[in-house]
Amino acid sequence: MNGESPTGLYVRVAGALYFLLGLTVACAFIDMGPFNIVVALTIAVAKAVLVVLFFMHVRHAGGLTRVVACAGAFWLLFMCVLTLTDFLTRN
Amino acid sequence: MSENRALVAHQFDTAAQQRGAATLGMWIFLATEVLFFGGMLMAYTVYRVTEGEAFAHASRAQNILLGGINTAVLLTSSLTMALAVHAAQGGRRTRSVMMLASTMALGALFLGVKGVEYAEKFAEHLVPGVDFHWAGPDAGGAQIYFILYFLLTGFHALHLAIGIGVIAVLTARAARGRYSAAYSTPVEVAGLYWHFVDIVWIFLYPLIYLIRVYR
Repeated sequence: MNGESPTGLYVRVAGALYFLLGLTVACAFIDMGPFNIVVALTIAVAKAVLVVLFFMHVRHAGGLTRVVACAGAFWLLFMCVLTLTDFLTRN
Repeated sequence: MSENRALVAHQFDTAAQQRGAATLGMWIFLATEVLFFGGMLMAYTVYRVTEGEAFAHASRAQNILLGGINTAVLLTSSLTMALAVHAAQGGRRTRSVMMLASTMALGALFLGVKGVEYAEKFAEHLVPGVDFHWAGPDAGGAQIYFILYFLLTGFHALHLAIGIGVIAVLTARAARGRYSAAYSTPVEVAGLYWHFVDIVWIFLYPLIYLIRVYR
């Protein structure tokens, strides 16, 4: 809504998302050992960030919206890290 | 001016304040949704660590092509939803109705493909609790994989179905010219929800379908 027409921008973002989808499938067929999941999740996070910033307008959003958007991700991170510190260190 | 005032509920001072409250409310709801799916993803992570071999075997039953097509379908639906929001904000009625209808159609296509995949799982006796048969080793781990598969994709499909219902209402209202440059908040807020459901699938696709496919 800054005077620019976002239609072209949205189409380019979608193009980037299709490219990342192809990339994640291609990488899945390469044996990278434990790094396959790291690459897959990194690409997934990149796709999610594109959707959040451009389609969900966080790029132009106020501070409060940004804090709430990050809060969800941080809570999830806390839960995963604290749970895995238990499960990965048993025995 | 009086026309604009009528669109602002009495507890708000301005249309901008009302729009900000609605947007923030949806973001807070989405933060709770992150944790709703996060709990299931946490369970997935723990069992992926402890039952890694079984998960790799069990995921062989997935159709990577159908899952990939469905991912592309959902990504496209996010594009049409973003375009629908933009059209509604500009007060372009025909375009917003077309884009909302396209989003619904793509969402329905996703559910249709998912239904085909579910039918395959039933036919192949891969539905835990119904008629589960697993010929190979790691039967217990494989069953856990399919329990998490149906939980995660089932709740995702439920969210998508609710999204389609919400957009159906919005499409009917947009067709009657309810949204304009002065008021398009419902379309914007529904868009946030739709994109969130897309993001959930962005993570589910590699986690469910793409486990050690190079073997």
